[in-house]
Amino acid sequence: MTDNDTRGSPYAPHTATETAAMLDAVGVDSESDLFDIPPAVRFDGEFGIDASDERAVRRDVERTLARNDDLTELLGRGHYDHYVPSMVDHLADRSEFLTSYTQYQPEVAQGFLQALFEYQSLLVELTGLEVANCSMYDAATALGEAATLASRVRSVSGDRVLVPAQLSDGRRGVLENYADGADLLVDTYPMADGAVDIDALEGMMDEDVAMVYAESPTIRGVVEPSLSAVGGLADAHDALFCLGSDPVALSLLESPASVGADVVVGDASTLGLGRSYGMGLGMFATREDYLRQVPGRLVGAGEDESGRRAYTLTLQTREQHIRRERATSNICTNQAWVALRAAMHAAWLGPDGLVDLAEDCVAYPRDLAARLDEIEGVQAPIHDRHHFREFQARTDQPAAAVAGDLRDRGYAVHTLGEHRLGICVTERTADRLDRFVAAMAEVAP
Amino acid sequence: MSEGEGDGSRESTGPLGYDQARWTDSGERYEPLLSEKDSTEVEVGGDDSPLPDDLTRDSLELPALSEPELARHYTRLSQMNYGVESGPFPLGSCTMKYNPKFTEDVAALPDGAVHPDRPDETVQGTLAILAGLQDYLGRIGGMDAVTLQPPAGAAGEYAGILIAKAYHEHRGEERTEVVVPDSAHGTNFASAALAGYDVVELPSAEDGRVDLDALRAAVGDDTAALMLTNPNTLGCFERDIETIAEIVHDAGGLLYYDGANLNALLGQARPGDMGFDVMHYNVHKTFATPHGGGGPGAGPVGVNAELAPFLPSPHVRRVPRSGTDGSSGERSDPRDGPHHDGYERYDPEHSVGKVHGFEGNWLVLIKAYAYISRLGDAGLADASAKAVLNANYLAEQVDYEVPFGPFHHEFVASAGDQDAADVAKRMLDFGVHPPTTKWPEIVGEALMTEPTEIEGKRTLDQLAAAFDAVAGEDDSTLEAAPSKTSARRIDQVAAARNPRLSWQALDDGEE
Repeated sequence: MTDNDTRGSPYAPHTATETAAMLDAVGVDSESDLFDIPPAVRFDGEFGIDASDERAVRRDVERTLARNDDLTELLGRGHYDHYVPSMVDHLADRSEFLTSYTQYQPEVAQGFLQALFEYQSLLVELTGLEVANCSMYDAATALGEAATLASRVRSVSGDRVLVPAQLSDGRRGVLENYADGADLLVDTYPMADGAVDIDALEGMMDEDVAMVYAESPTIRGVVEPSLSAVGGLADAHDALFCLGSDPVALSLLESPASVGADVVVGDASTLGLGRSYGMGLGMFATREDYLRQVPGRLVGAGEDESGRRAYTLTLQTREQHIRRERATSNICTNQAWVALRAAMHAAWLGPDGLVDLAEDCVAYPRDLAARLDEIEGVQAPIHDRHHFREFQARTDQPAAAVAGDLRDRGYAVHTLGEHRLGICVTERTADRLDRFVAAMAEVAP
Repeated sequence: MSEGEGDGSRESTGPLGYDQARWTDSGERYEPLLSEKDSTEVEVGGDDSPLPDDLTRDSLELPALSEPELARHYTRLSQMNYGVESGPFPLGSCTMKYNPKFTEDVAALPDGAVHPDRPDETVQGTLAILAGLQDYLGRIGGMDAVTLQPPAGAAGEYAGILIAKAYHEHRGEERTEVVVPDSAHGTNFASAALAGYDVVELPSAEDGRVDLDALRAAVGDDTAALMLTNPNTLGCFERDIETIAEIVHDAGGLLYYDGANLNALLGQARPGDMGFDVMHYNVHKTFATPHGGGGPGAGPVGVNAELAPFLPSPHVRRVPRSGTDGSSGERSDPRDGPHHDGYERYDPEHSVGKVHGFEGNWLVLIKAYAYISRLGDAGLADASAKAVLNANYLAEQVDYEVPFGPFHHEFVASAGDQDAADVAKRMLDFGVHPPTTKWPEIVGEALMTEPTEIEGKRTLDQLAAAFDAVAGEDDSTLEAAPSKTSARRIDQVAAARNPRLSWQALDDGEE
């Protein structure tokens, strides 16, 4: 039911009397007299969008979204569904946070600045690196920014960025666009049994390599065992080592700094955001040496006039609103509110809770893979490695047919090759695995 | 204190007055860091770990607090923060308007929480909303096709420039320059540079608008695009837009519209009709999705039909159930579309590829969809009309000089002999978030003010009273401000000289 409201914006509070008084004060007869637009480019048509009342819009969206199938998602590959505590929604939704702007007036933004400072501190602890910014858009754009950072800071020339053969199309595609603008080439190194093929990588290293990128966990959920070796190769060739990960994984896995990472990127939306159709929170941390080349915003602690600690955006001379075309990045609006949510979620979990969650991310896929492996016609996991959240399974039947039959039974899994499925499990789906295994036993043989 | 010392005729409304929550803890601090409340180091790995020790860290040191303690912590932090619902927020070029509450509920609907890798046929509702928003934005901007993938305005600029680049390259043309007016948003320069272009700065004419002679001199065979916002950052409409378009197009370049100021034009003019080939929309500005303390936003990009094949991948299109091939790109009617047809994602023929790991900031996009659905034609047009009325009314009331004009949704006043940054700090004491200061540089000591349509006459009068009160104050009063906020004036130079960017750095640097 649409009420065809033609009274104007429901969020403009003007009464007719006030509007008349204001027009009078300005000295015009009507609002349209205020528009200094040549007649030739005036718009005199209609958009054809009916106004609706709030209830009708809600119902329209509810009805439309109801067209989504109700499926248990065992999907990952860069976007993960962890339970978000209610506290995060309630406190992050406080309007002083949600409706505020970038903290260019720090005296009235101490709350958000402190929360972002705490977010940066979380990443510093998890990465072991000294500097973290207070967000990029997502893992893919953070990776792109890492490549442009490499092109700026490397002491000798070099125009190649090496990435793993097993990398998501989204990350690879975004990286290629950033690389293209910075005159970098993206080159691929092979993997062996789902992890870095160190010998092959060594064979590709030369003075033209500006950056080597590796992930742990990888897109196949593999916990990468050779990170120190990758760091060593990068170091030996004066290339940057960029590691892709996420804050839940880093709560458990070896510290990036300890394996020689110069930059850590990834999606920090594994905390605080949940399923949101791929929306992300780009994590970006690096060594102090590169502080003045870091993209994005940084919150620093300083002092106010009375000598008390206060927070402010700092080192803004790197940013686009001051440095313009010589800025380290074009990013302006970032993902600050998502970073706030991630910090809240991490604080809610605490160090024990984070480690427990991360350990579950190893145990769940290990146990599920073992159960699937017992089913005739299924081998899981494909890689003889430790896994985090997800793994791949080989099916004797065509994978698309297996996935289709699973969908009919209410489960979504990735179809990755003719006989290869990707399966992801978190605490949000862990209690539904008995029925999933039963469904698999029906459709796979 | 000088509250109430403004223009006598407005004493009944007066400046607002403002005290921001502050907290004293440990005698000196407002609100301790979580790490100062309880920092706990736990051992990681060991016998119970599902991973061998060589793959795990040794320990993790983070705060460990109860939920009630955290609830108080974040509530206190929120009370030390100013948002649109705290008071007037006339921050020029940022379009800080009220964010309707119901759009938050719409974005939180459980059926919308889906993974982006699901097969198209299982996420028809999500794709219908996305297609509906593409359609709305196309109508509003006068554009033939719209991508929703860019996650912010600057990301939209970058995607738009990539599209322009791909278009020229497809035609076998190598163009190396992007022209940007000196008054443009800094992101325009940075986005063009990020895409590998040389930036040519275009000086403004004396009236603050594009200097046509300078434009003719600046464009040529190397010009890929001119990036322009209209109205410009002074709030002035580029009246010569048709000539500007002609000059750029004659040189073989494309005209790019920076949508930051689109709130001034809804229902009055459309970038596509003005000759713009490609544009971005700041849905967090124009379509009232919350700014979130700096994001997330979203920066959809609209293009004309000629550029549509270059849009990022994937793009969403309607597939009529009657069985036609669906490749026409023909727009559906949003009033009947979402419920009747099918939708699919596809890769446009000459796509620039990816500009986001998945498909953009969904939670922001669905709020924009709900907002546009709520307002419709009449509401959108009224939003612009009231935004422009408010700016003109407020400009009329303030004591500061307002050069240039006529203006639309924002105006740039000059603080004259006062330091605009000091004026801003003093305005905080009156409960007003200050205007954008010292930009654009074409106005000395600029106070770039955008009240938006959400303020009524009474609030505008209070705002004017705050401006007037501050305009009459001497430097020592201004320099002592702010005094009613949770922090006093912060020494940003010192903070930059000695960067301390984490609580770990504080532990290293403090006694």
